Amino acid sequence: MPSNPAIAANTRPWRDPAAKPFISIKSVTKRFGDFTAVNDVSLDIFRGELFCLLGGSGCGKSTLLRMLAGFETPTAGQIIIDGQDMGRVTPDKRPTNMMFQSYALFPHMSVEKNVAYGLMREGKSRAEAYERVGEMLKLVKLDQFARRKPHQLSGGQRQRVALARALAKQPKVLLLDEPLGALDKKLREETQFELVRIQETLGITFIVVTHDQDEAMTLATRIGVMTEGVIKQVGEPRQIYETPASRFVADFIGSVNLFEGQVQSLDGSQMRVRTTDLGEVLAPSAPGLSVGQTIWLAMRPERAWMTRDVPPDGVNTVPGVVQDMGYVGHMSSYLVQLANGRVIRVTQANEGRRDNPISWDESVHVSFDPPDFRVLTE
Amino acid sequence: MSDALPTPRRFPLTAGLMAGVGGLLGATAVGWLGLPPNVALLLSITVGVALLAFALGRVMGWSDRWMVIAIPLGWFLVFFLVPFFVLGRISLSEAIIARPPYSPLWDTAPDGSIEILASLQNYGFILGESLYRNAYLSSMQVAAVSTVFALLIGYPIAYYIARSEEPKRSILLLMVILPFWTSFLLRVYAWIGFLRREGVINNLLLWAGIIDEPLVMMQTPGAVYVGIVYTYLPFMILPIYSALEKMDGSLIEAAEDLGCSRLSAFWLVTFPLSRPGIIAGCFLVFIPAMGEFVIPSLLGGSQTLMIGKVLWEEFFSNRDWPVASAVAVVLLLLLVVPIVLFQRNQQRQQEAGK
Repeated sequence: MPSNPAIAANTRPWRDPAAKPFISIKSVTKRFGDFTAVNDVSLDIFRGELFCLLGGSGCGKSTLLRMLAGFETPTAGQIIIDGQDMGRVTPDKRPTNMMFQSYALFPHMSVEKNVAYGLMREGKSRAEAYERVGEMLKLVKLDQFARRKPHQLSGGQRQRVALARALAKQPKVLLLDEPLGALDKKLREETQFELVRIQETLGITFIVVTHDQDEAMTLATRIGVMTEGVIKQVGEPRQIYETPASRFVADFIGSVNLFEGQVQSLDGSQMRVRTTDLGEVLAPSAPGLSVGQTIWLAMRPERAWMTRDVPPDGVNTVPGVVQDMGYVGHMSSYLVQLANGRVIRVTQANEGRRDNPISWDESVHVSFDPPDFRVLTE
Repeated sequence: MSDALPTPRRFPLTAGLMAGVGGLLGATAVGWLGLPPNVALLLSITVGVALLAFALGRVMGWSDRWMVIAIPLGWFLVFFLVPFFVLGRISLSEAIIARPPYSPLWDTAPDGSIEILASLQNYGFILGESLYRNAYLSSMQVAAVSTVFALLIGYPIAYYIARSEEPKRSILLLMVILPFWTSFLLRVYAWIGFLRREGVINNLLLWAGIIDEPLVMMQTPGAVYVGIVYTYLPFMILPIYSALEKMDGSLIEAAEDLGCSRLSAFWLVTFPLSRPGIIAGCFLVFIPAMGEFVIPSLLGGSQTLMIGKVLWEEFFSNRDWPVASAVAVVLLLLLVVPIVLFQRNQQRQQEAGK
């Protein structure tokens, strides 16, 4: 949490309960025949945000985006953008523009004609439109490719043309459907920061649909995690990662070890939990828990400690055997088999060159710091 | 690439072998399959030429790509170029009553000098005679008008099929192709049943009280247009369908998203992108319609003058092979030259885009 709440309220309006949302999605449902793609979703997005809708394929995130663009009509509910009800507004009249997953560049038009397309439809003069096209192409660093046709560009260049075309009309909201999905890993990482730079330069509200959690974490001011047509949790990337609200979110974002257990005893800020895999462990208490209740403890692999010898304090320690390991460079990832057969994931940062790293088939002790457990009830 | 080049010495051997195989195949075809000798001859010539091209390819070290096209190339040579040259040669002679019914191209005089008899007078004749000129022009008009109608009717059909969902789409496509399962002649005859004085249409209109006198529809230019548009419509629909079907649907959404109405999105995006299909469809309708003679002779009256009909009459009624050949050669040039020019223009445009 930032120390200065004034700054927080200014750059993070969602933390201010009095702030007025820029986009309001109110109880929106979309059904295709028997299939419910989006199920009673309500969501507020604020001006200048870079909001990511994150979820697996078929979770309804693209349908939600297409309803914002006007390509799909909600079966029920309401969408309000900048105070205006979008109910009967067709795509061409909305203050939104969309960047398509396939880019949807017009193959029979040059780059500059593609970018100028929306401006010319607005009835701008040629000179005015092409001045704006020049600006946009400079912004995405494609000014020397203006005369090319889309098929003469690389995937990354096409992606930038699509971005320039969608931004040219200065939409109030830019909708991006898997904007980096077709790029290779290296280019994707570079482009992520580029996208954030452009968004911050222009101050336009971005709504990004992605299935890639790393992408969402890097780009987003806030993330909405979706599954089966509902939003499971909305929060800043750090909140989503550190304090997931459910097993689904904990498991979907990053990797996690989940341990089922029953509350043994509650003791102020701490509690004792009986788990099948770890035995009895200490975990932070949470309000509303009662003795005997079934809960789940979530533990990120990088928060577990692994040593050859029993650690001196011995709290929350279990023995195990290294079943497999993977060296990734900056860290190593281990699969450790516990006494009851359960395999857990532990990662260790490779700080400095260690002479004698833990390796296959070694007997180890894995310890968990009680505050690092996240207690989940659903 | 052919890495083992046979020495040129082996070429005559290979060629002989190939011609032999061709001949053998021809002989077999006559004997076993009971094919008429002229068909067998053509068959063996095709095989022989293809094999020769193959052998030549080995010797010249052509790439395997050339080898692959050797058979279609041979086919093209035997069934298009050779007949075309035969026609061209006949068109330079004069009609005589003999077998074959045309004069030789040169004559050897008793003193041993060679007298050239070939002349372009047939071409001069058909270009000078208004009958032929009018036939060409009216064929062109009939073909052009039919093409426009086929496009106007075919485009919406193709568009509708391309926008349909899967099970429906296959059924619709099948319905477009289905008429081909019946003979073309039968289908044209069926139109007579519709169009004649006591035909389906007249009976229906009389019964409904819309008309008091049967309409005259047979033996009119209108009947010819109906027949041609009906017959060639699938050739318009299919290429346009395949162009539209390939199109990414999100392009239309992108156009709408950028401020286009549905209609302007169609004119600015869908229509230009279906142009290759439209062009292919127009060629596929215009070219055969131009040379059409069955439809005008069955549905059209004596006033429908089409070059295909003239051609047929010159060959089989007048038995003037040289003039008929000249008519055919001119027809071919009329069709081929614009197509070649057009293709070259397309290619240049494509290159300019790069």
